[in-house]
Amino acid sequence: MKKGVRLSQMAREDREPLVHLDHADLMRLPAPLEDPAQDHHWAPLSAQARERYECGLDDTCAVNIPQPKTKAEEEELVKKFLAGLDKLFTRENNWTFLQPLLLTMEHCARCQTCADACHVFEASGRNELYRPTFRSEILRRLYFKFVQRGGVLSAFQHGDIQVNWPLVARLVELAYRCNLCRRCAQTCPMGADNGLVAHELRKLFSQEMGIAAKELHEQGSMLQLKVGSSTGMNSVVVKDNLEFIDEDMSEKTGLEVHTPWDVEGADILLIHNAGEILAWPENPGAFAVVLNAAGLSWTLSSELAGYDSINYGLWYDDAQFARVAWKHLEAARKLKVKKIVLGECGHAHKALSVVADRILAGEMDIPRESALTLLRDIVVNERIKLDPARNNFPVTLHDPCNLVRLMGVVEPQREIVRKICPQFREMEPHGVDNYCCGGGAGFAIMSGNNFPAWRFHVSGRKKLAQILTAFGDCLDPSIPKYLCAPCSNCKGQLRDLLAYYGLWERHRILYGGLAELIVNAMADVQPGFLEWEWR
Amino acid sequence: MPVTLIIYAILYAAALVFLAGCVARAVRYARAPLHLRWEVYPVPHEEPQRVRHGGSYFEETDWWTRPAQFNLLGELKVMLPEMLFLKGLWEFNRQLWYRSFAFHLGLYLLTGTLALLVLSALLWLAAPGLIFGATGRLLHYVYMATGVSGVALAVVGALGLLHRRLTDEELANSTTGGDIFNLLFFLVTLGTLAAGYVFAGPEAPGVLGIAYGWLTWDASLEIPPVLAAGLILGALLASYIPLTHMSHFIAKYFTYHSVRWDDTPGRHSAKLQKRFAEYLTYRPTWSAPHVGADGAKTWADIATANPAPGAKK
Repeated sequence: MKKGVRLSQMAREDREPLVHLDHADLMRLPAPLEDPAQDHHWAPLSAQARERYECGLDDTCAVNIPQPKTKAEEEELVKKFLAGLDKLFTRENNWTFLQPLLLTMEHCARCQTCADACHVFEASGRNELYRPTFRSEILRRLYFKFVQRGGVLSAFQHGDIQVNWPLVARLVELAYRCNLCRRCAQTCPMGADNGLVAHELRKLFSQEMGIAAKELHEQGSMLQLKVGSSTGMNSVVVKDNLEFIDEDMSEKTGLEVHTPWDVEGADILLIHNAGEILAWPENPGAFAVVLNAAGLSWTLSSELAGYDSINYGLWYDDAQFARVAWKHLEAARKLKVKKIVLGECGHAHKALSVVADRILAGEMDIPRESALTLLRDIVVNERIKLDPARNNFPVTLHDPCNLVRLMGVVEPQREIVRKICPQFREMEPHGVDNYCCGGGAGFAIMSGNNFPAWRFHVSGRKKLAQILTAFGDCLDPSIPKYLCAPCSNCKGQLRDLLAYYGLWERHRILYGGLAELIVNAMADVQPGFLEWEWR
Repeated sequence: MPVTLIIYAILYAAALVFLAGCVARAVRYARAPLHLRWEVYPVPHEEPQRVRHGGSYFEETDWWTRPAQFNLLGELKVMLPEMLFLKGLWEFNRQLWYRSFAFHLGLYLLTGTLALLVLSALLWLAAPGLIFGATGRLLHYVYMATGVSGVALAVVGALGLLHRRLTDEELANSTTGGDIFNLLFFLVTLGTLAAGYVFAGPEAPGVLGIAYGWLTWDASLEIPPVLAAGLILGALLASYIPLTHMSHFIAKYFTYHSVRWDDTPGRHSAKLQKRFAEYLTYRPTWSAPHVGADGAKTWADIATANPAPGAKK
C-alpha cells in the first residue's frame, strides 16, 4: 500500500513495512533532475537487518532495535513503554516540556494545516505515514487512553488505539522520520507542535527504555562525555589537528595563523562543532584568520567537551542534553571568558543559547552568542579589508532551522553575503520560512542501513529542489557556484546530497561555510582561498 | 417546579459550568511548570525592524548588555487579526479558512447577540423607558441582525466543516467520532433554536422576553417546546465546550504567549530563575540506566553527573 496507511495498521502483528515509496510517488524535482525514471535506485534494506531488527515501518531502519525473542519480552517492553508514557506527563519527570506537550495533546484541531508545511510529507508525495499529525495522533490517543485513563466516551471523542509491541517498535522508527525543524509548528493555527511530539517520543524511548539511534547516543553524547567529542578526538588529538590546520592556513593565506588554546581571561571562548576540524578544516582555519585579523581576544578550550559544541541530547534526551550543556559552561567558567561564541553549528546554537538558557544561573550563566553576529560586525564595520570581486560567482544561502526559525538569527549572515558576494541570490522560501536541509535532528550523521537513501530521496528532497531552482539560471558547469551553509550538520547533509545527485561533477555546485567566503574575499589574503575542490 | 424555571436553572448552571470549565483549564495550564525555551520565530514582540524578517535579539552582539525590549504593538498586530479573522488559517490553509471563518464569525456574532440581549434585559430592569424607546428599537435591530446572521454563518460554516470531514480522504486518519459529533451538536442546537424562534407563534415571548424572564426568574413565561429544546441544547453545548479541544480559545493564549513567543532570557528574570532552581530539585524516576535516576537524585545531580564509563569527571 503506497498511500492511505491507517493508524490502526501501526499495530499490525507482521513485520512487513507499512509503506513503500516508488520514485513516481515522490515530489517532482526541477531540471535537470525532473525525470523520476532517471533517479537513483534506492539501496534496499538488507535481509539481515529485516531479520534482526524492528524494521516494519517503511523502506529503511534508523534505530536498529533488536527483535524481542519471546512474547513475554514483547509484553515487558510494552509495559516499559506505558510506564514511560506516564512519566512523560508528570511534573517531576518532564517539567522541561510538560506544558507545551499538554497543549499539543489536548488542542490539535486536526485541521491538517501543518501537513502542507512539512517538507518530508510533501517530498514523499503526501504519504500518510509521514503526515506530521500521524505520529501525533497516535501519541494523542495513547495519552487519552493510558494517561488520562479514558474510557469508551474518551475513545469516541479522541479515537481509540490498541497498544502492542509492533506499534511501539514502529513508533520508535517514526519518531526518527521528523527533522524537528518545526515548520509545522510555525503554521499551526492552534500553536500545536508536531515537532515537539517527535522530540518527546524520542525522549520517552531513550530515558525510559534506553532506545536511541546509536549515532546520537553511544557514538554521540556518550562518546562526547567520555573523551570530549563525538568525533572521538581527545584534547591532545584536537590540538594536534588544529596545529596542522594553522600551518595549512598560514601557507594558503600568506598570513601567520595561530589558534590560541586555553587563554585564561580571553574575551571570547569560541566553540566549534568538532566535526568541522575533521571534515572541513578550512572552516575553523578561516575563523582563526578572521578573528586574528580583527584583533579579537579569543581562545579555544581543551576541557572535556569544551572544544566540541555539539549537543545531540537536544534531539533525544534531556539528561544528556543538560550534561553536555553543563560541560560547555564549565569550560567557559574555568577560563573566565566574557562570553561563549558558537561556531557554525545550528543545533549547538539553539542548545546552548536558547534551550539551556533558563537552567543556567549565577556563575554558570555565561553569555552565549552566535558567531554570525560577531562575523557580521567584523565585516560590516570593515574591521578587515575585503574585496568582494574575489567572490564574484553565484552564491546562495541555506538557512539552518535551529539558527533561523528557532533562534531568530536571520539577517547577520545575509548582511555578510550581500556585502561580499555580488551574485548572491536567495532560495525561496528563505529566512524563518526556510526548508530543512533534510539532515536535521541527527539525520545528517545517521548512516546505518540504507537510511541515507531515505534522507536523500525524502527528507532532503525539498532542499534539493530549492538549490536547483536558486541556481537554475547558471547550471552550466563552467560557472562555479557556492551553496553557503553556516551549519556543520547541514553541510554534512548537503555534501552527501550533492554528491548523491552528482551536482558537483555535473554542475559545479560546491557547498561550504560562511567564514570561508569571508576569508576568500579578504584583500590581505592570497587569492584563491576557496579551492573549488570537492571534499 | 414549573418547566420554565427548570429551563432557567439549566441556563444558569450551563453558564457556571462553562465559566468554571474555562477557568479550570486555564489554571491547569498556568500551573504547569515553566518549560525550557522553545520559541518559534517570528516573535512579534521583538523590535519592529526585526519583526519584519523574523529576527531576534540574538542578532545583536552582546545582546545581554542592552535592556530588554517588548514591542506590544507588534504583538497586537498579530494577535488581533488572528483572534478576529483567523489570519494564520487564511495564510496557510485558505480552503479551510472559508469554512472555519464563517463558523467562527457566526459564533462571535451569536456571542455578541447574547451579550446584547443580557444588556437589553438589564436596561429593561434599570430603565424601562429606554428599552421601550428608540434605544430599545435600535438594540432590537442590532441583536436581531447579529443573531440571524450569526446562526446563518455558523450553520453554513459547520456544514462546510462537516462536509470536509466526511469527504476529504486526507482527514481520514485524524477524524474521530467526536469530531463529527461536535459539528452535529452545533448544527442540531442552532437548527433547533432557529426553528423554535421561527415557529414560535405570535403569543410566544420574544428573545428579549426570555432574557428578561431569565434574569428576573419569571415563572409565568411560557417558552414554546421547540425553543425550549433549543435553549437546553445550547446550555448543554456550552457546558460541553470546556471539556473538549474546542476550548482552544483558552489554549491559544498559552501556546502563543507561553511557548511560541516566550523568548524571555533567564538572566532578565529573577522570578524565572527561582522557578527553574526549584525544578532542578525535582527527583525524576526515568528507568534507562544512563539517566541514573534512582528517585533520590535530583535533576541538578543528574545534569552534573557523567554517565560515560572511564570519563574524566
